[in-house]
Amino acid sequence: MRDVAVIGIGCTTFGEKWSTGFRELFIEAGALALEDAQLSGERIDAMYIGNMSAGRFIEQEHIGALIADYAGLATHHIPSTRVEAACASGGLAFRQAVIAVASGMEDIVVAAGVEKMTDVEPGASTDTLTGAADREWEGFVGATFPGLYAMIAQDYMHRYPLTREQLAQVAVKNHYNGARNPIAQYQQEITIETVMKSTMVADPLRLFDCSPITDGAAAVIVAPLDRAREFTDTPIKVLASAQASDTITLHDRRDISTLDATVAAGQKAFRMAKLTHKDIDMVEVHDCFSIAEICAIEDLGFCRKGTAGKFTADGETALGGKIPVNTSGGLKACGHPVGATGIKQVYEIVKQIRNDAGKRQIDGADIGMTHNVGGTGATAVVHILRRA
Amino acid sequence: MVGIITYGVYIPRYRIKVEEIAKVWGANAADISGGLGVFEKSVPDLDEDAATIAVEAARNALLRRTINPQEIGAVYVGSESHPYAVKPTACTVGEAIGATPNMTAADYEFACKAGTAAIQTCMGLVKSKMITYGLAIGSDVSQGAPSDALEYTAAAGGAAFLIGRDDPIATIHHTCSFTTDTPDFWRREGQDYPRHGGRFTGEPGYFKHVEGASRLLFEQTGKSPKDFTYAVFHQPNAKFPQKVAKTLGFTPEKIKPGLVVPRLGNTYSGASPIGLAATLDIAEPGDTIFVCSFGSGAGGDAFDIEVTDAIKSDKFRRSAAPSVEDLMKNPIYLDYARYAVHKGKIVMQL
Amino acid sequence: MIGTKCETCHRHFFPPRSFCPDCRRNGRIVDHKFAGFGTIITYTVIHTANEQFEAFTPYVLAIVKLDEGPRMTAQVVCRPDEVKIGMRVKSVFRRIATDGESGIIHYGTKFVPTG
Repeated sequence: MRDVAVIGIGCTTFGEKWSTGFRELFIEAGALALEDAQLSGERIDAMYIGNMSAGRFIEQEHIGALIADYAGLATHHIPSTRVEAACASGGLAFRQAVIAVASGMEDIVVAAGVEKMTDVEPGASTDTLTGAADREWEGFVGATFPGLYAMIAQDYMHRYPLTREQLAQVAVKNHYNGARNPIAQYQQEITIETVMKSTMVADPLRLFDCSPITDGAAAVIVAPLDRAREFTDTPIKVLASAQASDTITLHDRRDISTLDATVAAGQKAFRMAKLTHKDIDMVEVHDCFSIAEICAIEDLGFCRKGTAGKFTADGETALGGKIPVNTSGGLKACGHPVGATGIKQVYEIVKQIRNDAGKRQIDGADIGMTHNVGGTGATAVVHILRRA
Repeated sequence: MVGIITYGVYIPRYRIKVEEIAKVWGANAADISGGLGVFEKSVPDLDEDAATIAVEAARNALLRRTINPQEIGAVYVGSESHPYAVKPTACTVGEAIGATPNMTAADYEFACKAGTAAIQTCMGLVKSKMITYGLAIGSDVSQGAPSDALEYTAAAGGAAFLIGRDDPIATIHHTCSFTTDTPDFWRREGQDYPRHGGRFTGEPGYFKHVEGASRLLFEQTGKSPKDFTYAVFHQPNAKFPQKVAKTLGFTPEKIKPGLVVPRLGNTYSGASPIGLAATLDIAEPGDTIFVCSFGSGAGGDAFDIEVTDAIKSDKFRRSAAPSVEDLMKNPIYLDYARYAVHKGKIVMQL
Repeated sequence: MIGTKCETCHRHFFPPRSFCPDCRRNGRIVDHKFAGFGTIITYTVIHTANEQFEAFTPYVLAIVKLDEGPRMTAQVVCRPDEVKIGMRVKSVFRRIATDGESGIIHYGTKFVPTG
């Protein structure tokens, strides 16, 4: 098993990109990554592309081939694979790329994520996202994706001291960060009042508790650590890559307010890296809804179960806090082009470690963590990266 | 002895008052209630239809008596608001109660008497020993065109009767029918609402056929109104059954338990069945019940029923399912706007 | 409500599973009829629904723990302000959705408060 490093990164802006189609999104991100790594396309040995639902959003399958073709690499016959785990597709694509390099099977591998969500009506979009849950036993009976997370919130608030305002603070903090991230979908800061006055989606979650519909793409390039300096002065070592599954339906979980897949993947990652949560300088967690960030920081071990609300309200997860969470703005403010999010998370950690995060830079950023979840917690993928 | 083994009823919780409907159309509620003897009617929930009502009524019937549903050899559902024009409600009911697959099924339509027609068919199949048990259901979520007289009474509800030979709670001694081709009330294929002949629905419709079937039964059995403890008539409003009872010679107290229309409205295929159920809810062993339904088109089905000791035995648990009175408690009242949404009179474009 | 049960470990499944996730190949799955009673574990009130359910909003969605053990996701027919964690409910047969005006009607299980 070889050590793996990230040698190049690229990301489009995230948002409602009416003039940019699916293929163009990928090319933009891919080109930025190649330039960043000073690499020519023919040197790529393999590609893994995270994408949740091109079949429903643009009626296109066979994404691996489509992307390879549009990137001009199909005629070079490179292996190109689409990876899918709902909202964890990006994180999973990164993991597959890391495994390919670590195993010695491939040398230079692109891990990308792309989602084009705005070519369908909002109703069709939210229905497609319901496919991340159990269609037959949740979607069919009337569950929506926000509805499922809302049930997690109701359970959590029934058992632990989390206030509605503390929950809103998650979104406020993420918007603050997003306003300092040039690629973020939302550049405006908000207040708790903004959240509390927004339309009710599924009690208690309101519009501003929910991540938006977004178009976007991100790409990172990985290579064996011992060759990384051929391509970059700032190689970022992948210390750990961990993945875990759990029941797909929320109703079959051991504990509604704990994502056991996150706990399992997080613990595995810390073990692999021989680190604890104290060693992490910043973490990108999967805040598809504000309650998801609350559960994530507890389930990854950054604070005890039931305390994340206060932890957040006290500013411990803000840029200047004990453990900055979602410096990118998270899914909420940066946007959530489903398949791209996991790769964007890696992109953000790399930017931080390279001291290239502008107004949201964390001083002394050295070790970062990414946490990407599929559905209501059926898949969790965690990575730890550090300056090489 | 062929008879009713068990029975069950289901009535949705929602209601709308006659005065609420009258307000919308600028009509005089007092006149309408005075004329019809109806004050409010039941309204289905957004997710209820003739099939869900039929299933709940059937399940309620099976709660009262221990029956192996696999021994139900036939299911017939009578309605004028079947959810599908083609695909029987009876199949959905059969599946939902665990009677499938070794059974026959079909849907009936005969305006308001489709449920009693189903009872007659089950009697024949049981009597001839072709089946052990037959399930006959009358269930409707009937429609009345906006501002039409029928809008004040077209209601939702249903009742299910399991017919068999072994130890019935009520024996059906005799049944007979009086049928003609009479266009008193009809609905063409594809049309949303029925139409009717106004006053023609009275004498040439309801009264001719109810009196016809009733007198035919008296003739064939040698019985007369004095031989019956109770009587149940089809009840499109309160006036018609009161009038026909008087004409035939039944006293007002006899029809009282079975007269549910004032607070329920006309549940069409469910009307006589629910009236019969309401009577069985309070009947004692030895009580005799006369039933005559009416369906436009037109016809009447008459029945000579006698309650047995089994209704008080351990085998039959009358309180295991809600009585008609139970289902009339705690109604939820709607205004006309919500009522219109519930009845599909206002539909979202998706 | 016909679900399944594993005769090896006695775990009940509704919705039905044909393969016991605990015993896996050692499981023996048989049909089981559920009584239809349960308790609300958690819930939400859906205000923004998927297309098929838009006409019904706001409606209550809950996770119900059936008395026999398994948990299921279902709508609860009650006013949004009536629903509580811990509330006792019983199953009813209702229309869940339709495939448009001319498509199939989907029937299924919802719950109502028992109280």
